[in-house]
Amino acid sequence: MSDVAQNQFNIREYIRENLFPHFMCPGCGHGIALRALLNAVHDLGIDKNQLAIVSGIGCSGRVGAYIDANTFHTTHGRPLAFATGLKLARPDLEVIVITGDGDCLAIGGNHLIHACRRNLNLTCLMLNNEVYGMTGGQVSPTTSADRFTTTTQYGNHEPIFDACKLAEGAGAGFVGREMTLQTPALRDLIKEAIAHDGFSFIEVLSDCTEIFGRKNDMGESAEMVLAQKADFRSVSYGTEIGETFKPRGMKTGVLLRDDRPEYAMAYKRHNEKKLKQ
Amino acid sequence: MSTRQNLQNLQGNHACALAAIHAGCRFYAGYPITPSSEIAETMSAELPKVDGLFIQMEDEIASMGAIIGASAGGAKVMTATSGPGFSLKQENLGYAALTEIPSVIVNVMRGGPSTGMPTRPAQGDIMQARWGTHGDHPTIALTPWSVEEVYAETIRAFNLAELLRTPVIILFDEVIGHLVETVDLARFENPDITDRKWADGKIEGFRPYADPGDGVPAMARPGDGRRVHTTGLSHGEDGFPTQDAELVAQFMARLLGKIETHRKEIERVDIRSCDDADVVIVAYGITARAAYRAVETLRQRGVKAGLFRPVTLWPFPEDAFKKVAERARLVLVPEMNAGQLILEIERLVSGKTRVAGVNLYFGDPITPQQIVETAEAELKQ
Ligand SMILES: Cc1ncc(C[n+]2csc(CCOP(=O)(O)OP(=O)(O)O)c2C)c(N)n1
Ligand code: SF4
Ligand SMILES: [Mg+2]
Repeated sequence: MSDVAQNQFNIREYIRENLFPHFMCPGCGHGIALRALLNAVHDLGIDKNQLAIVSGIGCSGRVGAYIDANTFHTTHGRPLAFATGLKLARPDLEVIVITGDGDCLAIGGNHLIHACRRNLNLTCLMLNNEVYGMTGGQVSPTTSADRFTTTTQYGNHEPIFDACKLAEGAGAGFVGREMTLQTPALRDLIKEAIAHDGFSFIEVLSDCTEIFGRKNDMGESAEMVLAQKADFRSVSYGTEIGETFKPRGMKTGVLLRDDRPEYAMAYKRHNEKKLKQ
Repeated sequence: MSTRQNLQNLQGNHACALAAIHAGCRFYAGYPITPSSEIAETMSAELPKVDGLFIQMEDEIASMGAIIGASAGGAKVMTATSGPGFSLKQENLGYAALTEIPSVIVNVMRGGPSTGMPTRPAQGDIMQARWGTHGDHPTIALTPWSVEEVYAETIRAFNLAELLRTPVIILFDEVIGHLVETVDLARFENPDITDRKWADGKIEGFRPYADPGDGVPAMARPGDGRRVHTTGLSHGEDGFPTQDAELVAQFMARLLGKIETHRKEIERVDIRSCDDADVVIVAYGITARAAYRAVETLRQRGVKAGLFRPVTLWPFPEDAFKKVAERARLVLVPEMNAGQLILEIERLVSGKTRVAGVNLYFGDPITPQQIVETAEAELKQ
């Protein structure tokens, strides 16, 4: 790890500028999350040759390609499975997963549960924009009540769920949530997550300005980001019985930290002990 | 050659796992399913002894994802399954084919479709092995007929996967998987092992998918400073997504072409008594054993029969087959499915020779008698 104060973060050192112009819509929250991640990588002094980014399919998944590192754009919902193999085979790599709300909670939900349970030293950033951005704005497992999407033409009638609670329940070593509005806080949270020795899950409250925002008359990107602030409540569940869970009214920051044994280390120690017997 | 022997009684599944480790496999991810589970069980016991990693994943999709990830990191990898699990692996199998990540996938075939007959043999997945994942893709599938050949072909599967940067499928059936036979492991003491070609030399301007001439680019090892991009999107030589028709055409020509240009290394056939054969029986896996017995019986009865056994099922050894089929009056294709390889055989003889199937796929292996009877009936027509 290098001396943090010595060099200023310059995003150009961490991105593939040759791929520009990038695909993201103006004001897309995923870009803000990307910057926060790279800033965290910089602050931690991670060598980009040793950095592996594993992403799924979606706008969130395509963000990975812009990072000047070893990048793997895998299949829809499966980046955690892929990352599990990569990290086990190459513990020397810093493996960070970038996924979306659809990628991680719908098609990939099972992999999330078991990645949390195993507690392998991975960092998972779920960019939650409440929608399937890439495929044109369909409803996702985190779309709020009554929101319009291309597959909830009369407003969303389906209940949603809290991914962080799921991660906590399934045993993740580190769980946190932050909004793209709070970029420095997001950067710091990501730093803590990467530094944690175990499975770290971060829900990033992102925004799909162009599709979700437009469909719901949520204004321009700046207004959408500010709306995060208006919606923000320090405690959103567990205080009152019967209080409805709202995706935009959730607790942020570090939600859980548990130093239980990391999977790969525990596996190795266990087998060494048993094989000696 | 040494005359020393090392005779072991091994089950097919067991042999597959041991051979994998022998070939250098150090990462296995799987999900239990009959009749393949003994492969995972053996790996779970043996891999930790050689500093390898075994992991039981949450499903077959994850297992396939995990082995691709581990292979991308540099490990030799395998997963094993049966019908329902093989179906689940297809999407990631296509990903491995497109991104050219070496991997070995075993399918111990059981009765299907759906849950079918979990403890009964079948050969109903051979077309799925060829075409199961979407889009045009290279396929290599090997079909051993004995426990000893399971051992040999598993080693070869790893070598081909590494040589050609592609997934290789090993197909056998419940009978071979659970059969116990004596294998002389001395034969495998010093097997030829192919290791992956890793990129070296200049990092600047490295193009991860440029054709070095043989169609198989050297792979960049994460951490080597090359920082390449790997994607399931169609990509150009630089690894980044493209929809440029010319670049995609170039890429696909190399991807599919590398199999064609390496047929010599990939193809293995076992041809018996075909020189003068009027009846050529084309069979693979356990069915080929019944077919070989049928050949002997037919010969005793005065019918000049021969066996053509494609150990490499895909790509189908076309030239070798055409040669033996040329002089035959009848080509018989017994298989434990409703007629799959026979389609390929019909295509290859293109009406010049009579082709007939023996299709029994109700849970029992095909017997020599059933093949003999069909041959005799067909010859009368
Ligand atoms: C197996 C499979 N099913 C469906 C798709 C189509 N698809 C691509 S991205 C996507 C949803 C992405 O949503 P999310 O994960 O929330 O990412 P976002 O685009 O919102 O960042 C879907 C359904 C696919 N690529 N693969
Ligand atoms: S569609 Fe939505 S999520 Fe995708 S880039 Fe545009 S704003 Fe971002
Ligand atoms: Mg989304």
